[in-house]
Formats: sequence, C-alpha cells, structure tokens
Amino acid sequence: MPIIDEGLKSELQKHGIFVLPIEQLYNWGRKSSIWPLQFGLACCAIEMIASAASRYDLARFGAEVFRATPRQADLMIVAGTVTKKMAPQVVRLYNQMPEPKYCIAMGACAISGGPFKDGYNVLKGIDRYIPVDVHIPGCPPRPEALIHAIMTLQRKIAAQDLEKGRRPRWYDKDAPSEFAIPSYGDHDLEPPANAEVWQPPRNYRDVTLEEVKKS
Amino acid sequence: MIQPLTESSEKRFTLTPGPDGLIETQTLEVSIGPQHPSTHGVFRMDCVLDGETVVALKPVMGYLHRNHEQLAERMAWLGSMPYTDRLDYFNSMTNNWAYALAVEKLAGIKVPERAEYIRVIMAELSRLQNHASVIGFMLQDLGAWGTPLLYAFRERERILDLFEAASGSRMMCNYFRFGGVRVDLNDAMVAAARDITAKFPRFLDEFEKLLTSNEVLLARCQKIGILPKELAINASISGPMARASGVDYDIRKVDKYGVYGKFDFRVPLGDIGDVYDRYYIRVLEMRQSIKILEQALRDIPQGPHIAPEVKLRNFKIPPGDGYGRVEAPKGELGFYLVSDETGKTPYRYHVRPPSFINLTILEDMCLGHKVADVVIILGSVDIVLGEVDR
Amino acid sequence: MEAIEKIKEIAAQGVAGAQIEIINSTPAAQQPALLVDREHVYAVAKFFKEDPRFQMDFCSCVTGVDYLPKGDKPGFIEVVYHLYSVAQKHGPIVLKVRAPRELEQCHVPSLTPLWRGCEFQEREAFDLYGVKFDGHPDLRRILMWDEFTDHPMRKDYAPPADYEWEPTPHDETLQRAAEMHGVIPPTSMAELEKAKKK
Repeated sequence: MPIIDEGLKSELQKHGIFVLPIEQLYNWGRKSSIWPLQFGLACCAIEMIASAASRYDLARFGAEVFRATPRQADLMIVAGTVTKKMAPQVVRLYNQMPEPKYCIAMGACAISGGPFKDGYNVLKGIDRYIPVDVHIPGCPPRPEALIHAIMTLQRKIAAQDLEKGRRPRWYDKDAPSEFAIPSYGDHDLEPPANAEVWQPPRNYRDVTLEEVKKS
Repeated sequence: MIQPLTESSEKRFTLTPGPDGLIETQTLEVSIGPQHPSTHGVFRMDCVLDGETVVALKPVMGYLHRNHEQLAERMAWLGSMPYTDRLDYFNSMTNNWAYALAVEKLAGIKVPERAEYIRVIMAELSRLQNHASVIGFMLQDLGAWGTPLLYAFRERERILDLFEAASGSRMMCNYFRFGGVRVDLNDAMVAAARDITAKFPRFLDEFEKLLTSNEVLLARCQKIGILPKELAINASISGPMARASGVDYDIRKVDKYGVYGKFDFRVPLGDIGDVYDRYYIRVLEMRQSIKILEQALRDIPQGPHIAPEVKLRNFKIPPGDGYGRVEAPKGELGFYLVSDETGKTPYRYHVRPPSFINLTILEDMCLGHKVADVVIILGSVDIVLGEVDR
Repeated sequence: MEAIEKIKEIAAQGVAGAQIEIINSTPAAQQPALLVDREHVYAVAKFFKEDPRFQMDFCSCVTGVDYLPKGDKPGFIEVVYHLYSVAQKHGPIVLKVRAPRELEQCHVPSLTPLWRGCEFQEREAFDLYGVKFDGHPDLRRILMWDEFTDHPMRKDYAPPADYEWEPTPHDETLQRAAEMHGVIPPTSMAELEKAKKK
C-alpha cells in the first residue's frame, strides 16, 4: 500500500480534503459488510446464533444478515464438527461462494477434529480441503471469541494489497477459487485430503522409527 | 396482431387431461438440506413433490455422526461425561443427568438429597430455555424474522449465566458426577435461580400475548402435521410431541427418578396433535417447570452435594447391563450401558436419542401438506442433530 | 410387574416352543433380561405386546452389542430390546436375541411390524454392526454414507489411515503416525536434542 506523508495528509484534512490509498477505501468497504453464510453444523452453531442475537450483537461488525444461499455470502463460518459424510457438501458450498470469500474455522472440531478426532466419520479439520483464514479455538468458543475472530478477519482484509505481487488469492487468475470435492469411498473419503491445500504438518525434528527404538 | 398457433406450439399449450380429469403432471424430487435456512442442523429430507404437495419424504441423517458411542468404549466411565454434553447441545444438564442416572443405577450409588434438588433445578432451568428456544426457532421458520427467537435468547442468556456460574461453561456444562454434582450451589446462585424463576412468568405472558392467538400462527399451524395417538405410541414417540397427541406418559411421573415424586406438578396433554398443539404444550410445560422450580428452590435442604463414597479415579462397575432414562425436554433420553469383567470402561454404551426416534413418523405427518409446512412440522418435532446422529 | 421368573413362565406358556433364558444384570440394576432364540423372538414380542397382563405397546430402545469370541466360546452379536407399557405404565421387559458374527449368517427377525419405533434403530444396528433384520421394510444404511462397506462399531473394525501428526504421540498413536508419515516426532527432550544436533 502506498505511504502518504502524514504532514500533507493533516494539512489537506484541514481544508476538508481526505487523501487515502484506493486499497484502504476498497478494503474498508469490504471489511465492514461481511455477510456470513448461515452454516452451522453442530454445537458451535448455537454460539454463532447467540453471537448474532441481541446480547453479543454481531451486526455491529457488519455481519448484518446471515445469508442462506452461498451465492450471496462472503464468509463461511464452519461452526461445528465436519464429518466425512458432510465434507463434500461443505466444499461444494465453498465453491459456490463468489470471490472474494473467506472461511473461519470455528471451534476445535473444525480446526482439527476436536474431541471427536478419533472418529471413523470425523474429518480432522476442514482445512484439509479448503483454505481457512481464521481459526477460533474453543469448545465451544464464546461469542466474544467469534467477535474477535471477525475483527481479526477485518484486520486481515484491511491489510490486503492490490499491487502486483502482493495480491490476495482471488485477484490472481491462476490461483484456484474452486477446490476439488471429495467423493465417498468404501472406507474413507477419496482423497482423504487435498494435497494442494493441506499437507500434514511435518515435524522439523525428523527422527526415524529406528532411532527412537534404539534409544 | 395475434399469431396463429403452429402445430408444435399447439402441442405445448394444449393441456392433456390425465386419467382423473386433471392435468397430467410429473412429480419433482427435491432434496431439502443438509444446508438450509431453517436452523435445525445438518439434516436432509428427500421430498417427492406433486406441485407443492408432498407425496413422499425420506429423512437422511448421519451428517453429524461423530461416533460418540465408539469413543466411550475407550474411555473411563467419567470420561464420557463431557461428550454427553455434546449430544443434545441445548440441554447439556439433562444429558449429563441421564448418563449419571444410568451409571448410578448400574452401580447402585445413592445420591444425597441436596444433590437431587440441585439436579432438578438445573434440569428444569434447562427445560425452560430449551422450550423457549424451540418456539423461537419454529417461529423463525414460519417467517417471524428473528423477533420471538431474540426474545427467547434474551431469557436463555440469563439462564446460561447461572449455568456458567455453577459449572464454568455456558453450554457444555459437564456439571453432573456419579453420585451428585461437581460443585455445590452457593447462596448467590440460589438467589439468582430464584430471580430467574420470579421473572420468567412475565416473559411467558409477553410471549403468549404475541403468539398464542396470533392469526398467522393459528392459520399456519392448526390442522398441520397431525399425529394420531396410536401411531405416536407405536412409533415410540416421547416427550412433548407425544403428549401433544394425547399420550399420557411423562417419565418424571412414571419412573419418579430423583426427587420428582415430591413435587406437585401437572402434565399438560393435547388432543389433536397438530403443530399448534406442540407449540402450546411447550408453553404449558414451561409454566409447570416454573412451578417445580419454585417448589425446589423453596425446599432445597443443606447437605453434601456428592456421595462421598464414589471414587473419581479407578471407578469400576461390576459386570452387567442396565438402561436408565430421564424426561429430557425433547423426549425420553436413555442410556444403555454394558459393563464387562474389567469394569473400567463401558463395553457397550448406547444412547437412546429422542430426536432420532421422533423422526420416524416425519413422513406420515408431512404427507398431503405443502412444502412450506414441512419446514414447520420439522420445527415442531424439535430435533437436535447432535442427538440424532450422535 | 411380576418377578422375572414368573414373566418367563407366562411367556413360555404363551408361545409354544420358545426357548427363553434369564440373564441377570448387576444386583443393583434390577434389570434382568430374557434371552430368546431367533426363531421365536417375534412370537414372544407379539405375545408381550398383546397379552392384557403386559400390553407392552412402547418399544423404547433397540441396541446392538458385539461380543467377541472368548476362548472356545463363540462370539455373537446381540440385539437388545427394551419394552415399556404406556397403557399400564410399567416396564421394562428386556428381550435379547443373538446372531452369529459372520456377515452371511448374521440376521434376526425384525420387530418393526410390531412397533414402528424400531424402524430407525434397527437400521442403525444394521449400519453399525452388520446384523440384518428380516422383514424390515427399508433396511439400508442410515448414519454412514451408502457406499461405505465396513460396519464400524464392531470390535474388530480397523479405522482408515488418515491420521495426522500429533504433538505428543505415544503407544498406538505413535505407531500409526510413523506408519502414516514415515517419520516420528521425538517423544522426549533427549531425542529432541539429538535431532537438533544432526
């Protein structure tokens, strides 16, 4: 983002002229009106509804309406456990959202499978198939945590650049905006994870099994 | 100038009468869900429609199957308690109680009286916020865009504040233990409970004034989704849904578990069993819950909050199996537990979920109604997917 | 309700040829069960439903349990029915029926024609245990997707290897992580120091 001299800025402001980079204006518009997709899976959905209710009003932050259709939504809050049976539907919905789109993984289950990690039907984190922007830990995270996540996402959007080389994903013609949908296999989803989106975290301290056994 | 009909367009615009004299049409298969605007969770219904009328409906579930039962087989008995919170995630207190009851039945643990009163208070508060939220969600589906839901959530937040003070968490309370509850309620919490109970009738009056004789509610909910009494019993329907059809069965009165035998309360029954009956019976049950709460808060004795002889670590149960059930706000919630010789972990742990079984007759209730009614009927069944799929 | 021995006698008289055994539970639970053979369980259940002394019109819970073979005792899959009565407000009567574990022979008669409430629960037992219910109107998978081939709640089910790295793995988890990714993270400070030195 181009940097403007502060002195010049304040001088012009005294005359009622505001100078700001086009990205700031553009990002301000986008971050202040994020419309989430109404997509609650499990218990975290109730905290999401509670944060949209009158006590922890989420509409103050721009999430005025929760759209039922992905075509009109900007943000998908994956709230709750993603099971393998549901995973193709989640990816399909993400694909149907128009760019620019964001994804928040709310709750331990959406991040990594959570307390149900050892499940034959539990997908160990939605980031196996789609890119996630903000992760909220908790089980369930309090409504304040979800509000903090929305604010973090707003800061992330505010920092996005339009200049070549630093553009976000959706401005890059070669970057994918739709991701492969897994299919139901005999024992598991096929593929179990999307290799372009997620690699299992490799331990930088690579120690092989033989070495462990010897020690 | 009007163009004369060509032969092909004449075929298109002429309507061929079918065998019964009406227009020949095709049926349409619509899959409602698993993501849909009605906030009932990831549940799918495959409807076959003739125009707008439902001809067949098959529920598809399993989108939230988190194999809770298999996880319990690997954990100690107490280790499954936090997972029971996540079954019916609106009423974690009741789920905890059902599991604790089943284990206490199997192991023969006696619960002290103060703990029993605390359990009743928590369960009835849970029932209040569940019924209020369910009515809110059902009206959300009807198109009352948020207002009853936000009113209900306002009351729910007050009750959740008490749950948070008592157990540490708003929703996933993990408050019950075998032989009692985890921590005692101090005077401030009991006073807060009394305050909630005192203020709730006023909220209910406001709710009823807006809803019970509301034209839209009456027009859209009466004579919709009728469930006959015999079918309800045969299909193992329980809870407010069965009582709205006239089935006089409330486990609090039949089994008299806990100290429910000491309270004076009535069991409201409906006579038609349509959606309006299911709405109104929940309002009446909320009033009865307030009555129970008043009595419980008045009579709560001093004493221990947990049976002191129950071990928290190395808790073992002799081999055998048993079934314990409670009257959850959604119906009969039961746990079937099997213990083997080692006795440290459950050999088999099965949840009898009310929402899952209440869905058996969803098709029967929806046949002949319009698609818009299907959503309301589903709302009146009151399902929670955490329970349906476990 | 009468004692379990009396109930067994009445049922044995009411249904000719039925072989019924009593299985006791823990002394505290007071919930003994009646083990009925496969051929007669439908008739026994019908007897309990229609006999005016019992009128068990509410089938509350249907469960499948997997018992592995132990020593020379064969394993079996057991289906447990809990019956209650709404008309007379008594219960439960617990019926158990067993089937062999091999998939081709694992079938029991379905009680859905008697109680509609068994419909979904029997489908769940089929989905998770593989026990087929003869006479069920619509026996297909309910919780897992249709293309799934295993029966996951059986005790000898092997879960798929979609395991990701854990921060502090040990025992079985460590083994699975190693097989999955070929390397294992160190599990002690000593190993970490050694790995860093490399």
